[in-house]
Amino acid sequence: MLPATIASLQSIVGARWVRHRRAELATYTMDGLPTRETVPGVVVLPGSRDEVIAVVRLLASEGVPFVARGAGTGLSGGALAESDAVIITLTRLTRILRIDPVARRAVVEPGVINARLSEAVLPFGLAYRPDPSSQSACTVGGNVAENAGGPHCLKYGVTTNHVAALEVVLPDGSVTRLGSPAGEAWGPDLVGLFVGSEGMFGIATEVTVRLEPIPASVETLLADFMSVRAAGEAVSAIIASGIVPAALEMMDQACVAAVEASIYAAGYPVDAAAVLLVELDGAGDAVAGEAEAVEAVLRRHGARGIRRAATPAERARLWQGRKKAFGAMGRIAPDLAVQDAVVPRSALPAVLDRIAEIGVRHRLTVSNVFHAGDGNLHPNISFDRRDAELSERVHDASREIMEACVQAGGSITGEHGVGSDKRDYMPLIFDAASLDAMCAVRRVFDPEGRANPRKVIPVHACREWRAGGVA
Amino acid sequence: MSDVLARLRALLGTAGVERDPDGLPRATPDSIEVLTQVCRVAHEEHWKIRLEGQGTWLAADAPADLALSTRGLDRVVSVSPADLVATVEAGATLEAVRRRLADDGMWFAVDPPGRPERTIGSILATATSGPLRLGFGPIRDHVLGCTVATGDGRVVTAGGRVVKNVAGYDLTKLQVGGFGGFGVIAEVNLRLRALPRADVTLVARGPRDALTGSARDLASAGIVPAALELLSPALAAEAEWVLAARFAGTDAATQSGARALQGVSRLSWQVLPAERSAGFWSVAGRALLGGPVTLRLGVLPDGLDDTLDMLAHHLDEGLVSAGAGGGMLRWTGEATAERLRTIRRTTAAREIPMTIERAPWPLRHAVGHFGAYREGVGRLVGGLRDSFDPGLSLQVALEGDDAGG
Ligand SMILES: Cc1cc2nc3c(=O)[nH]c(=O)nc-3n(C[C@H](O)[C@H](O)[C@H](O)COP(=O)(O)OP(=O)(O)OC[C@H]3O[C@@H](n4cnc5c(N)ncnc54)[C@H](O)[C@@H]3O)c2cc1C
Repeated sequence: MLPATIASLQSIVGARWVRHRRAELATYTMDGLPTRETVPGVVVLPGSRDEVIAVVRLLASEGVPFVARGAGTGLSGGALAESDAVIITLTRLTRILRIDPVARRAVVEPGVINARLSEAVLPFGLAYRPDPSSQSACTVGGNVAENAGGPHCLKYGVTTNHVAALEVVLPDGSVTRLGSPAGEAWGPDLVGLFVGSEGMFGIATEVTVRLEPIPASVETLLADFMSVRAAGEAVSAIIASGIVPAALEMMDQACVAAVEASIYAAGYPVDAAAVLLVELDGAGDAVAGEAEAVEAVLRRHGARGIRRAATPAERARLWQGRKKAFGAMGRIAPDLAVQDAVVPRSALPAVLDRIAEIGVRHRLTVSNVFHAGDGNLHPNISFDRRDAELSERVHDASREIMEACVQAGGSITGEHGVGSDKRDYMPLIFDAASLDAMCAVRRVFDPEGRANPRKVIPVHACREWRAGGVA
Repeated sequence: MSDVLARLRALLGTAGVERDPDGLPRATPDSIEVLTQVCRVAHEEHWKIRLEGQGTWLAADAPADLALSTRGLDRVVSVSPADLVATVEAGATLEAVRRRLADDGMWFAVDPPGRPERTIGSILATATSGPLRLGFGPIRDHVLGCTVATGDGRVVTAGGRVVKNVAGYDLTKLQVGGFGGFGVIAEVNLRLRALPRADVTLVARGPRDALTGSARDLASAGIVPAALELLSPALAAEAEWVLAARFAGTDAATQSGARALQGVSRLSWQVLPAERSAGFWSVAGRALLGGPVTLRLGVLPDGLDDTLDMLAHHLDEGLVSAGAGGGMLRWTGEATAERLRTIRRTTAAREIPMTIERAPWPLRHAVGHFGAYREGVGRLVGGLRDSFDPGLSLQVALEGDDAGG
C-alpha cells in the first residue's frame, strides 16, 4: 500500500485506527474459517459513519479495493483481503440509534453485536429474531451481508425477512438509502438485493430492523433417537404435520459426545445416535397443545426418551449445548471445518447416510449439528491444518458432501455464504448465464469491482472480469 | 405489424400466435425455450413487448409491437408435500395452484387482491400481498427461486428449491415487485405451508379510529393474527368501517388466538361461520378492482389514520384495505396524474413509499409504478434494467415521465 494512502487514511480516522505493520495485521488475516489466510494491505477502523464515507471516497479516488469487516466470525472466508486491499472494520460503529417499540423497529449502526440488540429491546417485550449461534460476537452488518440465519429462523425467517431499510455507501463513495421503515421499497426491492451480497455491493452504514413481540409461552423438548435416519424422519413428519416449531435442531452422536465432554455439558444422552431439540412458542394454551402433538410425532418415529425443559434455567442449559457445539467440537481437534449446505427436508435421512459414508471413506471425523427443520446441514470435519495430507482429504470430502447435497436438490450454503471458500462450487448450482447475471448486478453497484474482490462468483464466470480489472 | 406476425408464426407455429382484439400479434409460448426465443427476436428487431398474464389485475394496455402472454406456461411442474415446496410456471392461475396444492394438504399462504384467476407471475411481478401478509409475510417471503427470460432472451435462474439458501446474490428479490422490468418470470419455486386445520375469521364494525385504536391494543398485547385488516365501508359494502381478524393454523392456536383477541379488544366481534369466511376475504380482495387506479402505500400501522385522512383529502375515501396490524395500505378509486403526484410527494415526505399497482397505461406512463427514485437509486435501477433488458424491449413504466422531469 502506498505510504501516501496510509497517511490519508490516518488523517481521516486518526493514526491509532490505521493498522499497517505486519504484527498489527495478524488479527485480520483470517475469519472463522480455518482454511484460508491472507494478509491485508492495511486495516482501517473508522469511528463514525462519516469516517466510513470519507474512507470509501478516498479509496475510490485512488482506485484501491476494500473489504468491509464486522466481527470476523464469518465461516466462508468473506472478510479476508489481500495485500492490494484495505480492510474497513466496522466494530467501532456500535450505536443503537433508535428503538421504536410501537412501530417495532430499531435503527442500528453496523457494528452493533447481534445479541446486544436483542438485549436492548428486551425491556420492551421485543426481540430481534435472527439468532446465529455466533450472536454474542457477530455484528448486524455482518449478518446483513451474509443474510445470516440461526436456530429460530425456522419460524421467524432469516436476516432478509427482518431488514426494513438500509443506508449504504456504494463503492464510489456515494450514499444511498434503501427501503422504508414499513419495509416497502421505493421501487424495486434493493434492500432484498443488498442483503446477502457479502460485502460486494457496498458497506451498510445503518440498518433498520423489525422487532417481534416475545411469545407468551415457550416449550423446549429434547428427544433422542437410536438412529440418525429415524431422527431425520421425525423432522420431516413434524414439518408435514403443519406445526411450525420455533426451532428444530439436530445433533448427532459425535457432536453430543463433544458437547458432553466440554464445559457446556447439557445433559444430552451420550449413547443416542442423534438428539433433536424442538422449541415451540406462541400463546400459552396453544403451545401446550402443540407440544403434545409434537411429542406424539416424535414417539411415533422412534424417540427413545423425551425431556421437556421445566424451567427457564433448564431451557437455557439445553440450548447452551447446541449454541456452543462448534466450540465444543473445536476442542477435540486443533481445527474444525464447519460446513454449511441445504437439502430438501425429505432428503435429510438419505443425505446424512451419504455424508457418513463420505467421512468413513476419507477416514475423517464428521460430526453433525444443524438446523434440521430447514434442511440446513452443518457437517463438521475435525482436522489439523498443519497436516497437509489430512487437509487435502478434508478438502476432497467437503467437495463430495457439497455434490451430494446438490444432487439431492439442495444448495451449497444455507447461511454462511459463499465468500472465498465456496466460490468454486457455484457452477454446481448456477449455469453460466445465471452467474453472468450476478456479475452484471455486481457491476451496477460496483463497476470497478473494488468491493470485496474475488469472492462469491468464480472469476472465469464473468465475461467482463476476464477482460481485466481486479475483481 | 404483419412482419411481426410472420416472424412470430415462424417461431411458434400458427397456434401459438393470434391477434388480440386490437389486432396486435400475441405470442403464447408454451415453453421457457420459446419464450426466450420471442424475447431474443424482439430484442434484435427492437420490438416493444407488452407482457400479459390473464390481464385481470393490471390491464394489458401498454402500447407495443407484440403482446407476450404467459398463459401457455400454466403447468404445476412439481409439488413436494414432505418439503412444502412447489414449482409452478408463471402463467398458472392462483386458483389452479391453490386447488392442486390442497389435494396434497398444502397451502400457498398468500391472498392477493383481484380475481382468483390471476396468474402466479402477476402476483410475483407486482408483489401484491394481501391481508395474510401480517402472519405469513409479503410475497417475497414465499418465493424460493425463479427462472426468468431476460428482455434480450437469456435464461437466468435465481435462488433454488430449498427453504434456506444464500448461494450467490439474491436476484429473486429483484424480480418480485419488479413489474416485469427485469425480465419475464417464467417459472417459480414456492415456499408452502401445510393447509391450516382451522381457519377462523372475526369481524367488528365501527368508527375508523375505534378500530385502529383496538388494533393498537392488540399489537401491544402481542396478539398477531394471520390477518388484521381494516376495510373501508365502500370496500366492505357496509355502513361502517370493518376490522377483520383471521387466525389460521392448528385448532388450539386459532382458538386461543380468537379468545385472546376478544379478551383484549373491546369491540364487539362477530365470528363468521366457516363457510362464509373464505367468501368474505375473496370479496374484499375482488372489491379492490372496483376502480381504475390502485395504490399501495408502505405505511406503518401508527401512520394509518393520518394517511387515510390525507387520501380522503386529496382523492376520496375510496375502496381501502389496510393492514391494521402490520401496516401497508391499498386504495382503489379514480385519480388524475396530478393528484397522484401530489400524494406521492406528500407521502414521500413522511417516509412512505407509494407504488401505483394498477392504472390505465396513460396514467402509468405519466407517473410510473414507482415515480422518480430517491437519490442514488435511479442510477442503480437504470443499471439493473440495462442488465436484464438491454434494449428496453419490455414495455413497463417503472418511473414514468416524472423521472426525467
Ligand atoms: C461459532 C460460530 C457459529 C456460527 N453460527 C452461525 C449461525 O447459526 N447462523 C449463521 O448464519 N451464521 C453463523 N456463523 C457465521 C457468522 O457468524 C455469520 O456469517 C455472521 O453474520 C458474520 O458476522 P461478522 O460480523 O462476524 O461478519 P464478518 O465475518 O466480519 O464479515 C462477513 C461478511 O460480511 C461483510 N460485511 C461485514 N460488515 C459489513 C457491512 N457493514 N456492510 C457490508 N458488508 C459487510 C464482510 O465483507 C464479509 O463478506 C457462525 C460463526 C461461528 C464462528
